[in-house]
Amino acid sequence: MTRDERAAIIVRPLRIFAGLIALLVASFAYANLAGAPLKPMVNLSLAAAAASLVLLLFMQLKEAAGIVRMCAIIGVTWATFLWLFALADFFTR
Amino acid sequence: MTEQVLHPPWQTIERQRIAMQFGMWTFLASEVLFFGAIFFFYTVARIYGGAGFIAGAHETELLYGTINTALLVTSSLTMTIGERAVGAGFATLARRMFAVTIALGIAFLAVKGWEYWSDITKHLVPGPGFKLDRVRGASQFWSFYWVVTVIHAGHLTIGLGAIARLLLIPRDLLARRATTAEGTSLYWHLVDVVWLFLYAMIYLAGRP
Repeated sequence: MTRDERAAIIVRPLRIFAGLIALLVASFAYANLAGAPLKPMVNLSLAAAAASLVLLLFMQLKEAAGIVRMCAIIGVTWATFLWLFALADFFTR
Repeated sequence: MTEQVLHPPWQTIERQRIAMQFGMWTFLASEVLFFGAIFFFYTVARIYGGAGFIAGAHETELLYGTINTALLVTSSLTMTIGERAVGAGFATLARRMFAVTIALGIAFLAVKGWEYWSDITKHLVPGPGFKLDRVRGASQFWSFYWVVTVIHAGHLTIGLGAIARLLLIPRDLLARRATTAEGTSLYWHLVDVVWLFLYAMIYLAGRP
């Protein structure tokens, strides 16, 4: 295995993994911090950050063809429509 | 990069790879909508369930959830190394990583089974004898918990089968099946992504 191959196959995934573990530790620590503000938002933001690392780097959406990225975005877009329309009443009262 | 097999109707390996990714992401987008609807139930139940819903979440076992998150994140690492090793022609490394991924997946299910046993003995199953039957909103949380974690475990079990299938491919042919490994890897990572949100929604939500 050459140095470049080792970097692509092992080292880069290990760096992403380190980031994911750091986010997990941060989530665990913040959730256990008694009385910490905005816990639901912080918890979900950290989860979204970890999910973004997996989606963009492990699943390689960052380097994917445009049509593949479009397909991935459409799933989230339609789910967002579901939430926006269904919760419109709650948010506008 | 090792030479891969070109299947009809594709004229280039790159086109074949994009087609696989497109097909897999179409399926994954449908999974996003599937889990999105279940997560939507959580949102509505949390808004209208109020303190009772959070009181239900407080009963979850944070330690089990955290261990399982670490196991799944690690399995995503081993799956990625395995998939990339296939593409580069390192079949032995790839097969070892797939085997470790399966072991981590089974460990996840074992921890989940242990957690289920703990939940059942603590009477945290909505219905007759439910521990929190007088707390309004708690049964909605625990209904969500059971439904979504069982569905997730089902997805994970399917993923284990797909990875086991990669191990059945003869070592000398594995490098030519890089798109199969990549598709399987995409599915496995989505199972991980869903769990990352479930960890926040189920285990972190009830911490004071």
